[in-house]
Amino acid sequence: MKTVYKKPESITNKPTTYCPGCPHGIAHRLVAELLEEMNLTRETVIVWPVGCSVFGYYFIGTDAVEAAHGRACAMATGIKRTHPESFVMTYQGDGDLASIGIAETVHAAARGEKITVVYINNGNYGMTGGQMAPTTLIGQKTTTSPYGRDPKLTGFPMHVPEMLATLEATAYIARAALDSPQHIIQAKKFLKKAFNTQVNGIGFSLVEMISSCPTNWKMTPVEAMERIRQEVLPVFPIGEFKVAEGVE
Amino acid sequence: MEKKVLVNEERCKSCGLCVSVCPKHVLKISERLNSKGYHPAELFDNENCISCGFCYLICPDAAIAEVRRPEPVKR
Repeated sequence: MKTVYKKPESITNKPTTYCPGCPHGIAHRLVAELLEEMNLTRETVIVWPVGCSVFGYYFIGTDAVEAAHGRACAMATGIKRTHPESFVMTYQGDGDLASIGIAETVHAAARGEKITVVYINNGNYGMTGGQMAPTTLIGQKTTTSPYGRDPKLTGFPMHVPEMLATLEATAYIARAALDSPQHIIQAKKFLKKAFNTQVNGIGFSLVEMISSCPTNWKMTPVEAMERIRQEVLPVFPIGEFKVAEGVE
Repeated sequence: MEKKVLVNEERCKSCGLCVSVCPKHVLKISERLNSKGYHPAELFDNENCISCGFCYLICPDAAIAEVRRPEPVKR
């Protein structure tokens, strides 16, 4: 028997604290697999956010720090500048990156910091009970928009990769989805390019991953993945928005 | 034959995503319980499994510990 796939070594034996069917675990595995493939596990520092993935350092066995809410990119800037030989990445959700931490993120991108950002977008604040986030779709019901998000009152969903791609200093910006095996394979390719961008010292890289939140969307995990395909992907299309010269 | 899909039943949270993506429908949610009270997924039809690894790719809890493919038979 030949092994086709095996759980990466750097995924710890502690079971995750996420709800059943939460794609955070898929993103964790992609990160762990790539770090192992690229032999980066020992020199990686992951900056974890506030949100559901706040305990991420229990689940991926690399060096880690925990940032204040939204400040992961600012913290990663400091780490990368003092330890330029380390591989520094942040792992953030949409409430963390797109709402409270948007200033840190945009400025880190504008400065062209040589860090990698993994951005998980599930369209609400999962940990605190499903409140409306900047990425909530128009008409989506959340606990703070019980009649559906009204654009006249709360604006439109925020497209972070498209926005950051307009900045000159960014090197690699892409959006992937975690709803099906095909999209997960594609997400891994995008993530590998983003990691390579940092390893080759080109500049700032970000990969957004469209994710689900079965608990707060009040769906089964399978229905939530179907909703991503039917409702979320038309608004947040998959693709690479900026590929600087030299990114491979 | 040895199992082609090894499930770490203690990690499984019974979300059913592996069952939903399996192209050959050889996985199911079992009747057993693990120590957390979830019904873990299991491979019930080892013969028809094609070792595609879709279950591994979608599993959010790394509960599909290993996917294996038999060596091709030499003639």
